[in-house]
Amino acid sequence: MIRVAVQGAAIDVGAEFDLHDAGGHGASASFIGRVRGDGGLVELFLEHHPVMTEAGLGDLAHAAADRWQLAALTLVHRVGAMAPGDTIVLVLASSPHRSEALAACEFLIDRLKTDVMLWKRETFGDGRVTWVEARAGDAVRAERWE
Amino acid sequence: MALSIAYFAWVRERMGMADEVVELPAEVTDLTALLAWLAARDDRGALAFAEPQRIRAAIDGVMMGPGAPLIGAREVALFPPVTGG
Repeated sequence: MIRVAVQGAAIDVGAEFDLHDAGGHGASASFIGRVRGDGGLVELFLEHHPVMTEAGLGDLAHAAADRWQLAALTLVHRVGAMAPGDTIVLVLASSPHRSEALAACEFLIDRLKTDVMLWKRETFGDGRVTWVEARAGDAVRAERWE
Repeated sequence: MALSIAYFAWVRERMGMADEVVELPAEVTDLTALLAWLAARDDRGALAFAEPQRIRAAIDGVMMGPGAPLIGAREVALFPPVTGG
């Protein structure tokens, strides 16, 4: 089962785990990305493309399913305005074998950062608003999977 | 040739609009030429596309490199490097 979603509503991590685990898989790996409150950040806004963002997540999920033996994959990304502590992204990967679940989970979060149409804008308590710059380190991590 | 262009993130802010339809001059046949044409068109374009190496693009829903041809393209998306996750 592959589940991919782009949503403005808060990600219900517990409900996503329940849905994902319905098959009773041997090994499940998870990654949860949350909004950091560093430097007085008060809002993180995620801009997305109405079609290509979800399509990009779907492409990554299918690439992972082609590469590893997976029983279930969940890839949910939140968009719009978020506050520190909110969940931005949830990746769940399950397989009969832990090595495949862990590798798929890491692949998905690494490639998601460089391949999917999403842009972060930060607003700070002092009124500053800045678009987050892509980091060279993210590209290096993503390229390891080529 | 009529082409729809959609802008995202700071490219959208600098252009002052989310999308537009343009009538391309015949000599604008690839992405590199499109960015140069937009940069030369007005002040907003100059601001958004002053550093074309910072711009990424998709043509009709597919990510494309800088020199990709526009022949037959209906919609181009122009945006900064992505920062999700």
